[in-house]
Amino acid sequence: MIKTRGLTKIFKIGKKQETELIAVDNLSLEVERGEVFGFLGPNGAGKTTTVRMLTGLIRPSAGSAQVAGFELGKEDTNIRRNVGILTESPGMYERLTAEKNLTIFANLYDVPDVEKSVNKYLSMLGLWERRHDTVGSFSKGMRQKLAVARALIHEPQILFLDEPTTGLDPEASKTVRDFIEELKTEGRTIFMTTHNLDEAERLCDRVGIFQQKLLTLDSPASLRDKMFGRKVVFHLRELQASWVNLVAGIAGAENVEAVDNKLVVSLKDPEERNPEIIKALVLAGAQVQFVGEIRHSLEQIYLEMVQSHERGQA
Amino acid sequence: MRHIRTIIDKEWAEVFKNRWVITTMTLLPLLFVALPLVMLYMTNSSLPVEMPAESAGLPPGFAAACSGLTAGECTQIYLLNQFMLLFMMMPLIIPTTIAAYSIVGEKTTRSLEPLLATPITTIELLAGKGLAAVIPGVIISYGVFGVFVVGCLLLGLTPAVLSYILSPSWLLGILVLGPILSVIATIFAIYVSSRVSDPRVAEQVSSTVILPLMLVMFAVLAGKLVININFMVIAIIVSALIAFGMLRLGTVIFDRENILTKWK
Ligand SMILES: Nc1ncnc2c1ncn2[C@@H]1O[C@H](COP(=O)(O)OP(=O)(O)OP(=O)(O)O)[C@@H](O)[C@H]1O
Ligand SMILES: [Mg+2]
Repeated sequence: MIKTRGLTKIFKIGKKQETELIAVDNLSLEVERGEVFGFLGPNGAGKTTTVRMLTGLIRPSAGSAQVAGFELGKEDTNIRRNVGILTESPGMYERLTAEKNLTIFANLYDVPDVEKSVNKYLSMLGLWERRHDTVGSFSKGMRQKLAVARALIHEPQILFLDEPTTGLDPEASKTVRDFIEELKTEGRTIFMTTHNLDEAERLCDRVGIFQQKLLTLDSPASLRDKMFGRKVVFHLRELQASWVNLVAGIAGAENVEAVDNKLVVSLKDPEERNPEIIKALVLAGAQVQFVGEIRHSLEQIYLEMVQSHERGQA
Repeated sequence: MRHIRTIIDKEWAEVFKNRWVITTMTLLPLLFVALPLVMLYMTNSSLPVEMPAESAGLPPGFAAACSGLTAGECTQIYLLNQFMLLFMMMPLIIPTTIAAYSIVGEKTTRSLEPLLATPITTIELLAGKGLAAVIPGVIISYGVFGVFVVGCLLLGLTPAVLSYILSPSWLLGILVLGPILSVIATIFAIYVSSRVSDPRVAEQVSSTVILPLMLVMFAVLAGKLVININFMVIAIIVSALIAFGMLRLGTVIFDRENILTKWK
């Protein structure tokens, strides 16, 4: 659904536009139909710039992209018809009512039955009761919900969500997150940026970690495995020093460490190896209390990637 | 057409909630009708009929045009000559107050980006914003002129003065030149609006569009210029060319990225 090849954006900045700022450098990626893709990166990484390029708001300096099957730069109007965008700041017409705001956009998107669509999304996002109130009187969360409704009013196949939950309270964030999950089940393609890595881990099929360049791209689980391998902890009632060597002797077990009365083992395929290790330990007289996997959070992966990238640049 | 109508509708829904714009749009026309009528009323009764035109204190260039008229009529026509310019200002000022806000207003509320992400073409957007400013300007100035004419009839002005007000040069000025000036002022204001980041700056810079008209007004006051049919036809042709050029230029200058990002 989204395919970019060498997408690059260079801004000219400074008084005389003399300095070049590379906001996005040679970005190539592909997002499949129905996928939720998380675009992660620190402040100023170029995420919003990428979203703006892919929605035809600003022109790439180099490279090309296809969005919803249309060529960026050549068929922008078609792209705009087929994508919805939740911009970084919701940007509503404050003096107009929620209903009027949606009606305007429904008309601009050539929605066939404006009233029906507007009513549908007002009630879907829990704004029905407040539809006649001006947006100026709305809380941040309500504005964000209205902005989500606006992004969806024309039933786009692809949705770009730029920080959909930033600044929302836990409950409002959850509403928006649940809504994104619902959209996913409807088979829409979602390209979202977020600073909430927990959220990215829960929602996204794949994530790209990005800072000017794409640092890595994969599902959160494979990223974890790739970067940290998988580690299993065996909690024992008592630990005997000889068991470290015993476990280390089992094929596939690496870096066996003893920590208090626990054995920490790196394994490529714990599903296969764990029973074998447990059996060996039990035979040696160990009492296994429980077995767990150490899961690195996406946050740890993210920090590791971004920090090593920064070290590389320095 | 649907996109343009939507934009116009949206602009009006917003603009007519803005107290400052409403004030401008009601007080200004009131003032512009009342002022000339009061002055005509005063000159109608105070000037002796038999006074020769030369001694009424009018610029010599103007007095020549007064042959065959009484001094009172001549004074009134002299005054009318300037009110004409007042009437011409209205289609400039009203659209400017609306259009100056049109783009920069969307920037300050951050609604420009979602708007530009819709399938609306840049031309449609500018046409919608432009018409939303030009239409009220033209309607109000036609209305003001209508009320003014009715007022003149009620004042019982002499046929010579009345026929001056309804002369081709006046009618061309109000009905044709006014709307063209509206278009120029609007394009200029939208252009300024798209380049600045502060609505007040947009308003101030845009209102400089009135300066050329002021020059004409001073020339008339100084008796260097008499507004007649020739002047009017030339003014119409020149402004139509300017308006056309600005429209052409506008479609080149405005593109989404510039509107969205090129502003300080
Ligand atoms: N219109 C512009 N003109 C000049 N530079 C710009 C412009 N827009 C963005 N930039 C620069 O491009 C870089 C990337 O900005 P961008 O907004 O895409 O980052 P981001 O990843 O969205 O950050 P955040 O997480 O803070 O939203 C920044 O250095 C920013 O200053
Ligand atoms: Mg951003």
